[in-house]
Amino acid sequence: MSKRSGTARVLIVLTYAVFLLLLIIPLMQVVLSAMEHGVSSVLASLTRPEALHAMKMTLSVVVVVTLLNTMFGIFMAITIVRGNWIGRSLRRWLNSIIDLPYAVSPVIGGFMIVLMLGPNTVVGTLLADAGIPIVYAFPGMVLATLFVTFPLMVREVVPVLQEIGTQQEEAASMLGAYQWTTFWRVTWPSIRWGVLYGVVLTVARSLGEFGAVLVVSGNIMNKTQTMTTLVYQDVDNFNIASANSLALVLAAGSIALLLFMEWAKKRKGVHGDAH
Amino acid sequence: MHIEVRDLNKWFGDYHAVRQMNFSIETGQLIGLLGPSGGGKTSVLRMLAGLEQPDGGEIIFHGRVMNQVPPQERGIGFVFQHYALFKHMTVFDNVAFGLTIKKWPKDRIRTRVMELLELTGLAGTEKRYPHQLSGGQRQRVAFARALAPEPQLLLLDEPFAAIDAKIRKELRTWLKSLIERVGITSIFVTHDQDEAIEVADEIMIIQQGQLEQKGTPWDIYKSPETPFVAEFIGESTILDHVASLKGFETAAAWTESKALIRPEYIEVGKIGELPLKSACERGVVKALHFRGSEWLVEVTVADLPLKTYRPLEREVLKIGEEVDVLVHRVYMFSDEDHWVQENALKEDPMPIHI
Repeated sequence: MSKRSGTARVLIVLTYAVFLLLLIIPLMQVVLSAMEHGVSSVLASLTRPEALHAMKMTLSVVVVVTLLNTMFGIFMAITIVRGNWIGRSLRRWLNSIIDLPYAVSPVIGGFMIVLMLGPNTVVGTLLADAGIPIVYAFPGMVLATLFVTFPLMVREVVPVLQEIGTQQEEAASMLGAYQWTTFWRVTWPSIRWGVLYGVVLTVARSLGEFGAVLVVSGNIMNKTQTMTTLVYQDVDNFNIASANSLALVLAAGSIALLLFMEWAKKRKGVHGDAH
Repeated sequence: MHIEVRDLNKWFGDYHAVRQMNFSIETGQLIGLLGPSGGGKTSVLRMLAGLEQPDGGEIIFHGRVMNQVPPQERGIGFVFQHYALFKHMTVFDNVAFGLTIKKWPKDRIRTRVMELLELTGLAGTEKRYPHQLSGGQRQRVAFARALAPEPQLLLLDEPFAAIDAKIRKELRTWLKSLIERVGITSIFVTHDQDEAIEVADEIMIIQQGQLEQKGTPWDIYKSPETPFVAEFIGESTILDHVASLKGFETAAAWTESKALIRPEYIEVGKIGELPLKSACERGVVKALHFRGSEWLVEVTVADLPLKTYRPLEREVLKIGEEVDVLVHRVYMFSDEDHWVQENALKEDPMPIHI
């Protein structure tokens, strides 16, 4: 017994060490080096016009992507689990294709968008002539981030839908409720916590997305630059202090999301027991 | 509601779940769909509800073909096997759901819900959530919810399957009296024959997607129309040759037929205890099982294993004891035909008319 607890103790210490080395120390480093020249220098580098623009850009991408991904994600999840209007084999195929973005490198994802909708392609030219440039513009960045975040919402909602089954929905239809009413009054209350997790994950992922956006946006300062690509450029220019300040903001955002998620889980626990 | 079903068929892939089914149900009746699991009972119920589309045939309510009418418009109350209560809603909101869909005014909804909760013995639970209720209470909520919009037909899918045995019996009686009071045409699915016999006005026996027999529980018990029904209802033993039994010698003429004997067709007694001595066989007691209200006696008569009951008031038999066995009748069946054969020796050969 004492021997086993000895091994256990070593493993616990090791876990803490890894945790410290990989998470806490780098985070401390970011905070410390950002603060090296004082709070005023942090503020100064954050209020640079390109930094402000990058923050605005990132925020816009996050908001638009989260909205779209929530809608399409829920719809896709319902199609996969309940979609009797398409064949079973097609649904199974859809279910596996959903995970593609997990397997494909985001850079490749962005590159595919450039290949399909870039300025040298027919579709890209047509859209650009119509006043909707895709690549090296905001729509392309949204598309790239959507590609990367798409599985997150679907994967949260599918298991919940499978678990609740169809009987409650059938009961609603026997009581006279049509699809839309049934969704809002019966299905939605059951899946909303899953959707909330999906939203949190989507926000976190789109906040930090780098590769796909870099390829698609072209990283044009004050035009298509996001916070992550600006950090990349600052590091490239040896402007470490500025990079650190932006990184600090991104890290703060992530931690806030994490705390929100924890709170949500606790709320759900209380709620889940009560229902 | 008068229900008529013609040539109903349903396939699930290659599986023929419901085959050419025909029946009609009169207004106000309480019908039990009885049969082994996987026999297609639930499919029939779901097609009546509109939750499943038939692949052939017609469903007619009051002379109107309902096949294309969506479940929302059929005016049917449905009680699901696991109740399917809305988990995030209180008892009140569950029962009120159908009424809010129909856009009833608030005060009318309140009156109706309270009336139903009173009727189902749930008064005082309206603010609780389904998970705070017992199994029996949940079942009653499901029942009240289905009845709230005043449906013309009530369908119940294995309504008591998820409830423990003691409460199930209470609920059965309660359900039967409640349905009688409300006066609504009802169909319930069950695989429990006791339940069907006790609750239903009429039973429909369904096996492998086919309707074997429809009739009152007594009719089905007394004159089963197919060997399956005979075997499914009540306890029974199947014998290949009964011609060796006294009084059934004529059975030898039908070599292809088999015989089915129920315990209640047979009497057993100590030597000399039974009347009609000439019709009695000698047998040996093989086993005795105490059944709470009677003994189940296994006897062998000329190598034929038979089962019968013996009342508790009679003297207790012993294993290995020689006894008199009187077989009143057997149910004979072959591939083509089936009939009930009475013991020939029971008829007094020289009746004396006074």
